[in-house]
Amino acid sequence: MSLKQTPLYPMHVKYKGKLIDFGGWELPVQYEGMGIIKEHHMVREKAGLFDVSHMGEVMITGGKAEDFIQKLVTNDVKSITDNQVLYSPMCYPDGGVVDDLLVYRYNTHKYLLVVNAANTDKDFAWIQENLIDGVKAENLSPDYAQLALQGPKAQEILQKIVDVDLSTIKFFWFNPAVKVAGVVCIVSRTGYTGEDGFEIYTKPESAVKIGEEIMKAGGEDVSLIGLGARDSLRFEAKLPLYGQEIDKDISPLEAGLGFFVKLKTEDDFIGKAVLAEQKEKGVTRKLVELSMVGKGIPRAHYQVQKDGQEIGFVSTGMHSPTFAKPIALAIIKAEYTEPGTELDIIIRNKAVKAVVDKGIFYSKKTKAK
Amino acid sequence: MSEVKVAKGLLYTDDHEWVKVDGDKAYVGISDYAAHHLGDIVFVELPEVDSEVSLGDSIGVIESVKAVASVYSPISGTVVEANEELEASPEALNEDCYENWIAVITIGDSSELDKLMDDAAYEEFCANIEE
Repeated sequence: MSLKQTPLYPMHVKYKGKLIDFGGWELPVQYEGMGIIKEHHMVREKAGLFDVSHMGEVMITGGKAEDFIQKLVTNDVKSITDNQVLYSPMCYPDGGVVDDLLVYRYNTHKYLLVVNAANTDKDFAWIQENLIDGVKAENLSPDYAQLALQGPKAQEILQKIVDVDLSTIKFFWFNPAVKVAGVVCIVSRTGYTGEDGFEIYTKPESAVKIGEEIMKAGGEDVSLIGLGARDSLRFEAKLPLYGQEIDKDISPLEAGLGFFVKLKTEDDFIGKAVLAEQKEKGVTRKLVELSMVGKGIPRAHYQVQKDGQEIGFVSTGMHSPTFAKPIALAIIKAEYTEPGTELDIIIRNKAVKAVVDKGIFYSKKTKAK
Repeated sequence: MSEVKVAKGLLYTDDHEWVKVDGDKAYVGISDYAAHHLGDIVFVELPEVDSEVSLGDSIGVIESVKAVASVYSPISGTVVEANEELEASPEALNEDCYENWIAVITIGDSSELDKLMDDAAYEEFCANIEE
């Protein structure tokens, strides 16, 4: 079976992206002449342009749309208003995670859900399985291309080619009809890098035009960014990745996402009872930050041990480009999560010393101005 | 892959290591093809000095941001030196993979060198790799 290509594929070829199979999509891990570390620094210092068209989009409409979405997600859907965006986990009845997603509210009868590329079909099936009367769900993923422009210079660059004052779009808000290079798009101040920036949703046939206009408007201050830097950027900002920090066997409370699980509201949601119990009893395992003491790079799924006993696993780890050293996130038994606790990460069958730490990750630059 | 450099006068393995013979010793490193494919190299694990190795044994690990790759010994012999500079500056392998050798191994059986490619053969080998 051949790989799927996003509408921005011509740009990946033009800018010499190193194409790989990413969950069935042909996408670049990095670009020639750049590389993961250079691309990572570019986003932290200037701006980077990402093709995120592989993400899934599901439109929920109908008189009961708000109630339905509240049933699905752990965060408080009633806390947002028109043109606002909500981040939330979506859970199974046992508290495990189906996916994490963004909820864009147009009004109480119309919401756009943006989900992880790898989970689109699974999420849509889950949504359909749990559908209630008075609500329609449509998988509109093929109808959307998505670009993300992220970095301290993102606004300055994008402002040159849009017809609205971008400072009116605050963090986790969107404007459903912004002309970007003359094309009407959804523009939200959201992203997955820990930097200020925007996500732009448009028709597939306009994607390359908008991408090229952004490259032109940005000049030396913008670069195309591949999947490698996308992962290192979100990891440094402690943003979870489905399949690593969260999955069907990890609850959002275990993954340090308790802030997005609203247990005290009146409304029920799928998984609420189990999560409420978990909160009350205390989780048995928790996400922690790890610094390396010995030499080695911790990576996803490596085992974590204490005195020769398995106590958990690395969810994500790598050499951090910003901090120029290896760091990790791990989910380990709650009794070992005190900062300063020494433990071992098994790297190629050898125990390499690490320590539970705190505050070593990147301070996000995404607060509303 | 016109940008990938093949240094002249060296011998190569089909696993993208290079060998420079100096008397009874062999300097071993990784080729530009390997460094290019790994991307930004951030960690190098060196072999233990004085360890005995056979042809094909792992003599180190190179980690880039996204990948982990083993370095395999192109010959049998004893590791007499390991380039400790690479521990502090792994990125040196991206800067110049031919200047920055990884290990020096005594040549136990010089007939093993006959199995290696010369630079012209290696250049052709790289050109024929399916991308």
